[in-house]
Amino acid sequence: MATDTKSAAGEPLVAVRDLRVSFRLGGDAIFEAVKGVSFDIPVHSTVALVGESGSGKSVTALSILGLLPPENSIVDARSRIEFGGRNLVGLPMRAMREMRGADISMIFQEPMTSLNPVFTVGFQLAEVLHLHRGLSPRAARKRAIELLDEVGIPEPRRRIDAFPSQMSGGQQQRVMIAMAIACEPKLLIADEPTTALDVTIQKQILDLIAALQRRHRMSVLFITHDLAVVGEIADHVVVMRNGEVREQGPAKQVFEAPRDDYTKALLQCRPELDHRPMRLPVIDDFMGGSGPQHTEERKRGVAPGDAVVLDVKGLGKSFFVREGVFGRREFKAAADVSFKLRRGRTLGLVGESGSGKTTVGLTLMRLHEATAGVALFEGRDILSMSDREFMAYKKRIQIIFQNPYASLNPRFTIGQILTEPMQIHGIGANVRERTDLVFELLGKVGLPDASFYKYPHEFSGGQRQRVAIARCLTLKPEVLICDESVSALDVSVQAQVLNLLQDLQDEFNLAYLFISHDLAVVKYISDEVMVMNEGRVVELADADTIYRHPRETYTQRLLSAIPKGWHAARAAA
Amino acid sequence: MATSEAALPRNADGTRVVPHNVSPGLWTLAWRRLRADRVGMVSLAIVAAFLLMMALSAAGLIARDWSKEVGVNYAPPSFIGADEASGTPAAPAAAPEPAAPSTEWKTQIVDPLADVIAELKGAKPAAAPPPSGGTEGKSVDPLADVMADIRAGKGTTAAAPAEARRATLPFGGDKWGRDVIAKTIKGSETSIFVGIMSAIVAVALGTLFGAISGYYGGWVDDAFNWFYSVFNSIPYLLLILAVAAVLQQKGVVTIILILGLTGWTGVFRLIRAEYLKHKAREYVQAADAIGASNARRMFVHIFPNVSHVVLVQLSILAVGFIKAEVILSFLGFGVPVDVVSWGSMLNEAQNELILGKWWQLVAATVAMATLVTAFSLFTDALRDALDPKLKGLKGH
Repeated sequence: MATDTKSAAGEPLVAVRDLRVSFRLGGDAIFEAVKGVSFDIPVHSTVALVGESGSGKSVTALSILGLLPPENSIVDARSRIEFGGRNLVGLPMRAMREMRGADISMIFQEPMTSLNPVFTVGFQLAEVLHLHRGLSPRAARKRAIELLDEVGIPEPRRRIDAFPSQMSGGQQQRVMIAMAIACEPKLLIADEPTTALDVTIQKQILDLIAALQRRHRMSVLFITHDLAVVGEIADHVVVMRNGEVREQGPAKQVFEAPRDDYTKALLQCRPELDHRPMRLPVIDDFMGGSGPQHTEERKRGVAPGDAVVLDVKGLGKSFFVREGVFGRREFKAAADVSFKLRRGRTLGLVGESGSGKTTVGLTLMRLHEATAGVALFEGRDILSMSDREFMAYKKRIQIIFQNPYASLNPRFTIGQILTEPMQIHGIGANVRERTDLVFELLGKVGLPDASFYKYPHEFSGGQRQRVAIARCLTLKPEVLICDESVSALDVSVQAQVLNLLQDLQDEFNLAYLFISHDLAVVKYISDEVMVMNEGRVVELADADTIYRHPRETYTQRLLSAIPKGWHAARAAA
Repeated sequence: MATSEAALPRNADGTRVVPHNVSPGLWTLAWRRLRADRVGMVSLAIVAAFLLMMALSAAGLIARDWSKEVGVNYAPPSFIGADEASGTPAAPAAAPEPAAPSTEWKTQIVDPLADVIAELKGAKPAAAPPPSGGTEGKSVDPLADVMADIRAGKGTTAAAPAEARRATLPFGGDKWGRDVIAKTIKGSETSIFVGIMSAIVAVALGTLFGAISGYYGGWVDDAFNWFYSVFNSIPYLLLILAVAAVLQQKGVVTIILILGLTGWTGVFRLIRAEYLKHKAREYVQAADAIGASNARRMFVHIFPNVSHVVLVQLSILAVGFIKAEVILSFLGFGVPVDVVSWGSMLNEAQNELILGKWWQLVAATVAMATLVTAFSLFTDALRDALDPKLKGLKGH
């Protein structure tokens, strides 16, 4: 390992000074993405760049690498990004390209799209080594196997010839990391490297990055929207919002004594495992200065007397995969799933990707056809009735999808989106009445009246999810299935939507089936929790019971993988 | 994004005041983008001018007298001057027509016959040419007999032999002395109408089949794909000839059907792919969840999201079919002889060229080339304006 002669003690590896980046939006419109950001990345340390969408954190990272799209981005000439005494702003393309990979490298959020699907991982790794290190094919292959071993790919000798599609998401991210560290860079930029992964995998990847950072004496710039994730690994934290740095400092200081209101809000918006306020604090509570409201503990759990709305017994869903000419193989996405939904209560459904949790939700809505089991709604099986009969039940069971960017028809105005369900089900006597109802609902989910005439693309993710919730409410459902409904939202927006869901449940006595991979969120919102793995129910119990005394080893493993944030992690250390 | 007031003010009757700055929809945005595209707007203007010309002609406001034999046979364009070689011009040489200056015939494009007719009317009582003018022409024209028959058959419009026939016409005359410009205008009626109508038929079929096939999938999709493959495996021209043979009679409707029935395959494949893509989207699942029927999901939800593809296809096919009509008519499979179209003009021109009479060829070709080029450029501009990828710039 080359000793870094240029950076004497105390001198940072990277010094970002007054970075300003703006984008041309077409016409004369200019959007300022980063407005004068300054921070240091010290040698051999991990800096976390934290912020929600639109904060400018990714743009900052891309400008360090010189990867901003040249056709519409403008980096202010006075901005300085010093790397080992060299200013990277305005560096010629060729010089920049030599630094990438060799001195600075990057891993991205989506390993699936960052790896080229038509080449083996070995080929792609060897290519990096060949380009930057000039290794011979033989030597490159040997080194590639070592690298795969180092990032924890089992049987690297065999797996080196695998294609990206033959690996799991976690393994793909490991390969990406192997490629990034192949040339022993001084700086590794990790842009939300774990966001697309399951909690258990997330933990492994975080541990891996931390271990590699120590072993290779690199610096890491870790970009994330989730403070809890970096609590365990960051030495320094930079909090960004709307293109500005709100607060920066050593992790201890930022986590234990945050000075900025926004940092405080970010730290508290996220539901914690050990307590459950009536309402989650939201950013406005802190920015407005009034502080969090309704912090008293909320009672959770189901009582035997709670009325059962939906009784699901032995639900199963199989997909058939064609094999050979005539053969077909059965794939059980869900098997023998039984639970009860109670009025005014929430059943949380957790599991990793592929556990079948979404299948359960879609099958109950009959968006998939069930292959086994019954779902009794007031004593009638909604899975076996005809489409015509089910129409009447359709409005009583509604679903909110994961991605608010995809679940609203882009060609409809919000007014049309919200009026349509009522039109289909004949709710409201005439257009006037329906319109009035829509305006009432808009107020209920906290959207301005003028939204009625707007299109979905004019709204942020959180606002769109409010529209999706309002769409369900138009039908006055009794059961609401929330399929990862808050997973795509920023932490602070997530808190607002969770509060909204809670308010609506309190008001309308709705029964929720809350599907999520995020255990902290499920813990907060649920009365009961059901854990699924590989299509089967692992454990079903009261929320508090399952978090405090998990019976099954799978549940225990899942719970131990939850990012603990600063307090729990440092307390344990 | 944040509105100052959450609630909209009310009207006197309790209804909400619709804000005046209602968000622009897809089409408004597309139109704005199109308007900023100079090439797009110029080509749109040209296409619109052609459509207007076609509409006026169909309404009988211009080129109504296209079949009148206003000039001598093969009357040359005015800017060349009377054809000396072909013998004595039909009209008395003493009365040279004042229609020569080039500025004048430029304005005639709008209504090229107005002047001619006016002159004709003015000239009629003054100098009624002797019928000998006609007979003299006959001696030159090998087809004179045929021509006379045809002229007799068109008794209503055919010029009375007593009428004045001019030695030159603004852009020349055809075999029977009919004004080429009027003929081109009349021909546009058929060519553009056939082009656009058959594009509509083809796109409607392709969209419907593609929507059903892509949306339902399974055996429905298999059936349509099988049908499509069979259809597509037959050479295009053979297919057209086959349909033409089945439909028996020639005519505008026939050719629209031929082109429409054979041209849907490309649209089908595109729309099918779009529907396959869209039916898996969450907004369609959401529509299913709120109880929207299959037809509603297909046409109310998905269709507006693929309508830009349909529109661009319509535009592309219209261009293609205008050309196709010309080719078919040229080959003699198109519109019947008595219907004038650009294709039939070109068909006539092939014999005329031997005699060195090039003006009918040029008139039809220039008209068609201008329209097709403008239409193609407009299609490109339209596609750019409608491209949803450009729409992604979110409002900040």
